[in-house]
Amino acid sequence: MIPGPFNYHRPATVADAVKLLASLGDDARPLAGGHSLVPMMKLRLATPEHLVDLHGVEGLKGIRRDGNRIVIGAMTTQHELLASDEIARSAPILHEAALLIADPQVRYRGTIGGNVANGDPGNDMPALMMTLGASYRLEGSSGARDVAASEFYQGAYFTALEPGELLTSISIPAPAAGHGYAYEKLKRKVGDYATAAAAVVLTMASGKVATCTIGLTNLAETPLSAEDAARAVIGTGLDAATLKKAAAAAEAIMSPAADARGPVEYRKHVGGIMVTRALTRAFARASS
Amino acid sequence: MNDMTPTREQRTAVLEGMGCKRKRVEDIRFTQGKGTYVDDVKLPGMLHGDFVRSPHPHARVKSINSDEALKVPGVLAVITAETLKTVNLAWMPTLAGDVQMVLADGKVLFQNQEVAFVVATDRYAADDGINKVVVEYEPLPPLVDPFKAMDADAPMLREDLAGKTTGAHGPRKHHNHIFEWTVGDKDLTDAAFRKAEVTIKEMISYHRTHPSPLETCQCLCSFDKIKGELTIWGTFQAPHVIRTVVALIAKIPEQKIHVIAPDIGGGFGNKVGAYPGYICAAVASIVTGKPVKWVEDRIENLTSTSFARDYHMTAEIAATKEGKVTGLRVHVLADHGAFDACADPSKWPAGFFNIVTGSYDFPTAHLAVDGVYTNKAPGGVAYRCSFRVTEAAYCIERAMDILAQKLGMDPAELRLKNFIKPEQFPYHSALGWEYDSGDYATAMRKMMESVDYAGLRKQQAEKRAAFKRGETREIMGLGVSFFTEIVGAGPSKNCDILGIAMFDSCEIRMHPTGAGIARMGTKSQGQGHETTWAQIIATEIGIPADNIMVEEGNTDTAPYGLGTYGSRSTPVAGAAIAMAARKIRAKAQMIAAYKLEVHEDDLEWDIDGFRVKGLPEKTMSMKDICWAAYNSVPPGMEPGLEAVSYYDPPNMTYPFGAYICVMDIDVDTGVYKVRRFYALDDCGTRINPMIIEGQVHGGLTEAFAIAMGQEIRYDDEGNVVTGSFMDFFMPTAVEAPHWETDFTVTPSPHHPIGAKGVGESPNVGGVPAFSNAVNDAFSFLGSTHIQMPHDFWRNWRAAKELGVFV
Repeated sequence: MIPGPFNYHRPATVADAVKLLASLGDDARPLAGGHSLVPMMKLRLATPEHLVDLHGVEGLKGIRRDGNRIVIGAMTTQHELLASDEIARSAPILHEAALLIADPQVRYRGTIGGNVANGDPGNDMPALMMTLGASYRLEGSSGARDVAASEFYQGAYFTALEPGELLTSISIPAPAAGHGYAYEKLKRKVGDYATAAAAVVLTMASGKVATCTIGLTNLAETPLSAEDAARAVIGTGLDAATLKKAAAAAEAIMSPAADARGPVEYRKHVGGIMVTRALTRAFARASS
Repeated sequence: MNDMTPTREQRTAVLEGMGCKRKRVEDIRFTQGKGTYVDDVKLPGMLHGDFVRSPHPHARVKSINSDEALKVPGVLAVITAETLKTVNLAWMPTLAGDVQMVLADGKVLFQNQEVAFVVATDRYAADDGINKVVVEYEPLPPLVDPFKAMDADAPMLREDLAGKTTGAHGPRKHHNHIFEWTVGDKDLTDAAFRKAEVTIKEMISYHRTHPSPLETCQCLCSFDKIKGELTIWGTFQAPHVIRTVVALIAKIPEQKIHVIAPDIGGGFGNKVGAYPGYICAAVASIVTGKPVKWVEDRIENLTSTSFARDYHMTAEIAATKEGKVTGLRVHVLADHGAFDACADPSKWPAGFFNIVTGSYDFPTAHLAVDGVYTNKAPGGVAYRCSFRVTEAAYCIERAMDILAQKLGMDPAELRLKNFIKPEQFPYHSALGWEYDSGDYATAMRKMMESVDYAGLRKQQAEKRAAFKRGETREIMGLGVSFFTEIVGAGPSKNCDILGIAMFDSCEIRMHPTGAGIARMGTKSQGQGHETTWAQIIATEIGIPADNIMVEEGNTDTAPYGLGTYGSRSTPVAGAAIAMAARKIRAKAQMIAAYKLEVHEDDLEWDIDGFRVKGLPEKTMSMKDICWAAYNSVPPGMEPGLEAVSYYDPPNMTYPFGAYICVMDIDVDTGVYKVRRFYALDDCGTRINPMIIEGQVHGGLTEAFAIAMGQEIRYDDEGNVVTGSFMDFFMPTAVEAPHWETDFTVTPSPHHPIGAKGVGESPNVGGVPAFSNAVNDAFSFLGSTHIQMPHDFWRNWRAAKELGVFV
């Protein structure tokens, strides 16, 4: 539980950080909250030669409204997310989910950028970002580009980030006023990754579901968007048969690993239940 | 008397003696981060050692190459079994009569076994060195399942024992067999089963788990070449035993070994035995001439230093149709891992498992325990319980519930029907113990009334009906547990460790101003000895507890004692404290009589001093007597006021309790909620009710963890898969249920102050309460026994197997 030797860098600007990452290549890793990377380094499963600490970089923090979008700086901590009135008002599902991440100590250090950029299937925020239709600003030596969350995740710890690129901010289209939302997470204890979790954002019209997106956490190598399940509920009043159909559709795309949280069959089964519960709660919250 | 004269109540209160909820004095430093733990001790020039560990559960070690490691800056030495052989320390004795490799000698027998010890100038360099040691292994087939250990074709694990047909505890039946231990009358018990109207039989497993104290095992060894003295700071629950073991195996004269156990961050049995880290750090210090520190990390703690339990118990009860028990038969398959490193009294290979008749009047019983080797970490220790008592309590309490189910009787009623009655004490159990005192039915009835047991059963019946009608997916269970412990090891007639009788000791020295110091052979790891020991003395000699400094853990200054584990401190050392205090009081009485110019027999004790019978104004306080002890003792008497007591207890003590857990389980997810947990403990005389309550809270939280998910698990290939707190269930305040505590008081008749010990009761009684609650919840769906741990997915699996998903 003792990391190997590494060099430490603390750039002051995004440009410097990007330059460092580009010149140091594969041997360098950016350091945000460190809650994924540092434990891996202690186990020597990760052995970066260079750490580029982003805590000194200006302009990577903060939550702001940009027209119809909410923009969150990558180095914003989960704690700051929880403290934000803007988030509580515009995207309350993020507030609800952040409260289920680890514990207060971790949330003081853990950043939203690190959470979404690491590609860890156990992290909660990626599925939420897919559910909300968010996009990520990636900056590299050849400039900046925006990638949709739904296009970002390629495999466990594999993402669309190119070598030398840095995820600098997240942009979320503000969900419609009166939308219903819920994040249902089954975990064994405080601080645990989800055994299964489901995020739902929906809107209603005339007592029926008008739009719906469903995201799934830790039920495959990447976060999932349960599109068939979402389609199954649109236009319905969410009766029991529809819920069952949606859960089955969601289960059909799950491919969790068997681990100490339970065998595959159990994790899919409770994954379906999380979808059902999240839909039910979101439905009850939405105004018609 | 004027108004300023304190009342008797005030004089008593100021002492903060027995029965007082005195605040823990040690918490002043603990809560401010000012404790001194082993890792806080730093010596000039100190080096750090760390282990190369085996990735294989079973393999031959073909070669170890340290050349590259020695080139790492800061690495000074790499110690292997070959190095240790030069000082005859490649193997060490275990407390259970076995021997254990200190470093891999030709073979590794469990994953994460210690293979080489890298010594460096700092911990980073040591770990860099570890990664450069090249070990060539030839993997061998692993033996993981204890039920296959004695198969004809099972691989031989312990080649050092090849051909040995006798072990430390008698004949061995197989090359992986350690011992067979039998107790009780087999013929009589078999006859009871032949005649029985009703019998039950169930294989009840108590899975492998781990004490996992907050502070891991660690030590700092410093060898002084000039004086030839070895000083060891260590996380030791039994410092004197460690010193004696070191003297015996390292051949250093015992007076030249100084063992210091500073503040300890929890032990729970993990810190009783001796580990390879201690030997390697000591040898490294002798080799380098510098102090060497070894500190385990969490993964090493969970996967190499002693586990607990791993008992697979086949229990049978014979009974009448009316529910009167007539016989008990138990066979245990005990998985000890690669070496039998149980920390039991030497003659007890399965500890005090023969307490398995529990609180019930079994006319006859028979017990057989077979210990086997597997490719797992060695052990097992008593995790917050007296030796194998928690396994025994779980076995009988599950079996009684299973019998109740078969008879269609309420489990509480079945227990009430079979309790040992108050008039039967001292009670001689069918498996050889003499229970000191108990009033079981009173405790049970108090529990039942406190929680409205009948009302809860009614509610359960309604909920079950609603479940069957499809109106709810939640089921409700009531887990009744009535345990009797056996603690306070122990009487020299049946308890020793490596030949040393399991007495304990206390030394009290009163100083002229009425303050004193008391030292014991025990060692607190969080139990609050500095607080409670002073309270016993306060009541016995009338000096405020605040004026008594309690000191433990330094073998140079503390009297010899066997340490703290198995709830033995209060039954054994607590008695020694009272006896030493009474010697002080006896001498004080002579001094007071001399000063008051009366005969000793004319004095009577009164709270904080002596008074002349019939003349209540003529008094001498203990404080004044302390002063007089240093300047005006009676002619012929030695000055000073000091006493020592070594207490060999006449018997064990037998705390008991009635617990109940009310649990709801969502069958769809397996998620449980502990709605209510009520624990009534009878630990005899209560020294500090607040500390007792804290002990009960802590023990119940551990019991909750164990029953509901805490396990050390190996996969089929012998890889340990629960090496961190991500997967080894360590509940936080969020998960831990709310605890309701209660008590009755049935003093021990043979203990000087009637106290029985309490620290481990909640772990012993708690586990069956949780497990019985889960089993009770599912029983109406047709199940008889569901194995622990009862984590979410396993509850779901149980529901699924019982056909609740259609």
